[in-house]
Amino acid sequence: MDFQPGTCPMTVQQLMDEYFIENRAKLLDIAAFLDRLDRGMNQSSSGDFRLKAFREALQVLCSKKPGRVKQIQMVFSDPTEEPLEKLDQKSACGAYDRWKLEEQ
Amino acid sequence: MEYIEMHTHMVSRTTDDYYQMALTGCVAITEPAFWAGFDRTSADGFDTYFQQLTEYEPKRAAKYGIQYYTWLCLNPKEGEDRNLAQEVLWRIPKYLDHPTVLGIGEIGLNRVTRNELKTFEEHVALAIQHNQLILIHTPHLEDKYKGTAIIVDTLLSDARIDPQRVLIDHAEEHTIGMNLEKGFWTGITLYPQTKASPQRAADMIEMYGPERICVNSASDWGPSTPVAIPQFVMEMRRRGHSDDLIRKIVYENPIEFLSQSPKFQLPRRIR
Repeated sequence: MDFQPGTCPMTVQQLMDEYFIENRAKLLDIAAFLDRLDRGMNQSSSGDFRLKAFREALQVLCSKKPGRVKQIQMVFSDPTEEPLEKLDQKSACGAYDRWKLEEQ
Repeated sequence: MEYIEMHTHMVSRTTDDYYQMALTGCVAITEPAFWAGFDRTSADGFDTYFQQLTEYEPKRAAKYGIQYYTWLCLNPKEGEDRNLAQEVLWRIPKYLDHPTVLGIGEIGLNRVTRNELKTFEEHVALAIQHNQLILIHTPHLEDKYKGTAIIVDTLLSDARIDPQRVLIDHAEEHTIGMNLEKGFWTGITLYPQTKASPQRAADMIEMYGPERICVNSASDWGPSTPVAIPQFVMEMRRRGHSDDLIRKIVYENPIEFLSQSPKFQLPRRIR
């Protein structure tokens, strides 16, 4: 993987001019989602492991080091290495519950 | 720009989608066998499905000037049921000589269970026994990294496997490196919400280069678009990438991989 300047053919100024507005909109959507959670009924679910992972991912987002996407992917990923003994649920849900292991 | 759609589930799409794909330059499709959104209740259901893939769907595609190929398997979402898997595996060989069947796929893992892994290994053995190309499905979301790592290790532990004849699909930023470093082909799937956007796909190609990488839509019954590849082409052009580079990814790379099957022919009108 190459994070070196120049792997993208556009200049930083061109990237800002071309992509700033659409990414500003995505950022506002995330902020609105977090505000919506604050406004939601039954605040007892605010400790949902997916939200914990989401908040960790936001910390990575603020980092100045490159490789943020890969780091965020790993925040959400199952870190274990062995197959499950049997099927627990049909589909993935987007984040691995690492906190459940800590509680055990 | 002409392109080859390496992974789409046209059994779930309308004829209007074929029309849109043809209008945007699609000249060939390969469709892997997949999960219908619900578990099939018998192996007979798979027989019907395989007949649809090998007999009916190629005719539907041909009406729009699109060449159609397919891959057969019991998909990872149903791989937990070992009895069903073995019944289906027993039925697959009779379809493998069909002129539009390119190989075994999309096989792999879903929740990464021991039963799914056994079903995956049996499909790999079938592919080796019949000298078939292999198309791999990697798990979704939080299961992708672990599942991809186990798939790669499993394949590399079998000395009969040639990584050049295997495409590991649905790669994202945390898995594309391991696929390419081990010599496999890899696919980036342009699928809203759960896979990659055209922007992220272009980023990965800028960072890893264009060798052994294809892009696809995996359009199916979920939120997805059959014209995701043209959207990727637009994104690459937006950044100033050359048409030669874009054509390599959406047309020449698929041909290089698929031509390892003697059944794959270049689209007729541009041969």
